[in-house]
Amino acid sequence: MEIPLEHVIGLSVMLFAIGMVGALTRRNLIVILMSIELMLNAANLAFVGFARAWNSVDGHIFVLMVIMVAAAEVAVGLGIVIALFRNRESVNVEDVSLLRW
Amino acid sequence: MSAPAVFFYLFGAAAVISALAMVLNVRNTVASAMSLVVTMIALAVVYVVLDAHLVAALQIMVYAGAIVVVFLFVVMLLNLRRDAFSRPRERLTKLAGVVFALGGAFAFLQLVPKSLPTVQAIPADFGSYAAVGRALYHDFVLPFEVSSLLLLAAIVGAVVLAKRRIS
Amino acid sequence: MVETGVSTDLLRWIPALPLLGALVHGVGLGLMRRDMPRPLVIAVSCGAPIAAFVVTCMAFAQMVAIPGEHRVLIDEVFTWIGSGRVSAEMGFAFDPLTAVMCLIVTGVGSLIHIYSIGYMDDDHRDDGGFQRFFAYLNLFLCAMLLLVLGDNLLVLFLGWEGVGLCSYLLIGFWYGDRWNAYCGMKAFVVNRIGDFGFLLGIFLLLWSLGDAATLNFAELKAALPRIVDQTVAVPGWLPGPEQWRLTTLIGLCFFLGACGKSAQIPLYTWLPDAMAGPTPVSALIHAATMVTAGIYMVCRMSFLYVEAPGASAVIAWTGAATALFAATMAIAQTDIKKVLAYSTISQLGYMFIAAGCGAYGAAIFHVGTHAFFKALLFLGSGAVIMAMHHEQDTDKMGGLRRWLPVTHAVFLVGVLAISGFPPFSGFFSKDSILLSAYTAHSVPGHQWIWAIGVITAALTAFYMWRLHFRTFFGECRADHEAQHHIHEASWVVLGPLVVLAVFAFGSGFLGLPQIYGNWLGVPDSNALANFLHGVLPHPQHEVAESTELGLALLAVGAASLGTLGAAWMYVWSPGVPVRVRAALGPVFRLVEHKFYVDEIYDALIVRPLVFVSDRVLFRVIDAGIIDGIGANGSASAVRGLGAHVLKYGQSGLTQGYLITMIVGALAIVVWMLR
Repeated sequence: MEIPLEHVIGLSVMLFAIGMVGALTRRNLIVILMSIELMLNAANLAFVGFARAWNSVDGHIFVLMVIMVAAAEVAVGLGIVIALFRNRESVNVEDVSLLRW
Repeated sequence: MSAPAVFFYLFGAAAVISALAMVLNVRNTVASAMSLVVTMIALAVVYVVLDAHLVAALQIMVYAGAIVVVFLFVVMLLNLRRDAFSRPRERLTKLAGVVFALGGAFAFLQLVPKSLPTVQAIPADFGSYAAVGRALYHDFVLPFEVSSLLLLAAIVGAVVLAKRRIS
Repeated sequence: MVETGVSTDLLRWIPALPLLGALVHGVGLGLMRRDMPRPLVIAVSCGAPIAAFVVTCMAFAQMVAIPGEHRVLIDEVFTWIGSGRVSAEMGFAFDPLTAVMCLIVTGVGSLIHIYSIGYMDDDHRDDGGFQRFFAYLNLFLCAMLLLVLGDNLLVLFLGWEGVGLCSYLLIGFWYGDRWNAYCGMKAFVVNRIGDFGFLLGIFLLLWSLGDAATLNFAELKAALPRIVDQTVAVPGWLPGPEQWRLTTLIGLCFFLGACGKSAQIPLYTWLPDAMAGPTPVSALIHAATMVTAGIYMVCRMSFLYVEAPGASAVIAWTGAATALFAATMAIAQTDIKKVLAYSTISQLGYMFIAAGCGAYGAAIFHVGTHAFFKALLFLGSGAVIMAMHHEQDTDKMGGLRRWLPVTHAVFLVGVLAISGFPPFSGFFSKDSILLSAYTAHSVPGHQWIWAIGVITAALTAFYMWRLHFRTFFGECRADHEAQHHIHEASWVVLGPLVVLAVFAFGSGFLGLPQIYGNWLGVPDSNALANFLHGVLPHPQHEVAESTELGLALLAVGAASLGTLGAAWMYVWSPGVPVRVRAALGPVFRLVEHKFYVDEIYDALIVRPLVFVSDRVLFRVIDAGIIDGIGANGSASAVRGLGAHVLKYGQSGLTQGYLITMIVGALAIVVWMLR
């Protein structure tokens, strides 16, 4: 109870920002996916913080859903990465810009 | 400061540092993945401090135990080396990352209203698996069941995407 | 409804039965892509008009049973246009005038349908076309019946356009030959010019009547007193007074439509070329029924024309001029059907003379007799054409009475009727017209109209007997090969001819003027005039018996003169025509080429119009401006924008898209938190 809600949210925002920077800056597809996982975790932290503040277990339920979706997303995303690697021998995201004009 | 608060700030800082390590580590992809594990575990401790016991357990089991492992599998499988940045760009990226992260956090916090709604009292078994389970199977049964379909679709999709062509 | 009549459900079947026939044929052709079995086609296509005739007789019986002066059957089927003040029903009215027209149309129509079974049987020229022909013919009957049965101007106009359409379809029936298609198109386009006048008339009526605006004939008749005194200012360069009576203007507009439909000057040029269609078509449409639609319309609107003396005078003079002009052109033609075509134009002129002189009953009388003898003449010529294996040039005929006795006999009846020899029908009807012209004091120069009528009668006799002698008398000018194949047609063809001949002889007695009735001891002998008494205004004239007889004798004398002239030139002294042609030289060539009217129209009107349409309107405005700038231009502008400007926004980089998404989401979040 001594932990102010603002600090929890602050931590969540910091982690989210770090994850966003990683997703936007890095060129390795796998690191981008990991950064996205970090962003999801930051969101989970925010949910947990608010659930505790407002005495609502619904937040925890949503965290469960997020974890599950993250798992599904990682599975499929890494499948895509493997398929891409097979075709191009590279996981550099700049090598997959075929939609370019 | 009570023990829970200490743990919160300690492991919160740890999470931030290892997150930075993950994002800014250019040379070694495996090291990035390991940093991610550290972040997950630190966050799990934070969850425990925040009375989210079941969530913390699941964080360890699923995130740290399965997802990051999958990442590591793929990294090993593809035998990846370094991400090709030029030296100056690396440093610039790192600097930009830290600045952006902290600055963004600060800016965002300015937007959050100063007075959040008052914190309520929580029961003793808040966040325990009994409480969460009760909510999950009483109020949120449908999303729970539908999510199993989602996982099925993801499994099928992953297998289809990654398997070798049958020649 | 101003004047009420007896309501009935019967009338709608009169046009509906031929329509059903046409639909059966049309749908059958559409579904099966080839003709139905011939007996079925014959049954449907001849059954429909015969059934319509039967229903007409039933309606006739019903109508005459109505007591009193005002006898009319009404059948309102549904409200076709109901808009504010003006509403037009799909309604039919069967009064004595309509009864006469309906009986003629269904009766002669049925006979011609039966005749067509024989005539179209050996159709080898096109896609067979037997069923298609009857589909069109039935459709024509439906449209014509709509025209005569309609109780308002809109239904009349619907029928008017319908017969125009069917005329086009039937003239260009053998469309494999481009000339036939061209003739059909010419007929339709010239008719359209007339229809423009018709529509102007309708608009003027609606506009001038204000809140009494109606299209129903009975209501128009009642509302007419509102506008009889109105005048309109006309541009100064038009002849006559500065102000015209509104009724005259409306009458002239409608008459323009009648000129188009009934082939009067200046819109007659389509009728001779319409002979490109099969002969039954020429008989039915361009002799007996469609071309009389103009006369019917003028008689229907007689309540207007009695209040429009200027328009009536124009009608009378146009009719006279056309009658004479067409007769002069007929004397130089060698094609059997062309002679009959010009003859039709000339006889239609006679009918308009009567209408213009106020003798609407006489005009209808001539419509009837003309329907019989002209149809007879056309169908007879069709039999000749069939015998000569589709040879229509009389230069290659001659002496055919030896091989075609029945055809010759019926053709002779027709020629006697059209020349106006008593007691054949043409004599009585033509005489009543000439009498009305002689006594029409309201028409300026009416005596000259009468004189033109007499001269035209002489010319009519001349060219008809010329045709007769050149076809049936003298030496046969066809080659020996063709001569062996000349034989009479079957009874399916000759039967209707005989029936028509009977009517061509006897129908005159329906309108027997009283002076002859007195000789026979029959009171009230002019049955037709009595029948039409309540419907059409009749001219106020009283002439002495001696005058009437004198005029009749003059007419017969003129006809005899023409006959003798033809006999002299074509039977007794066959060398004369060649000498006359040589003597007249260029004058003869002028007449032979129909006074070059078609060529003048082509040069003055058709070519400039085509030029403007093609060079200016199509190439410059449509293809250049509207397509080039509007359609294609706007498309290429959009394409240029996309290809040269917008496409550079698509970087293809994943992280570019990611930043866009994040910025967008942040914007939404910020906006929601403010």
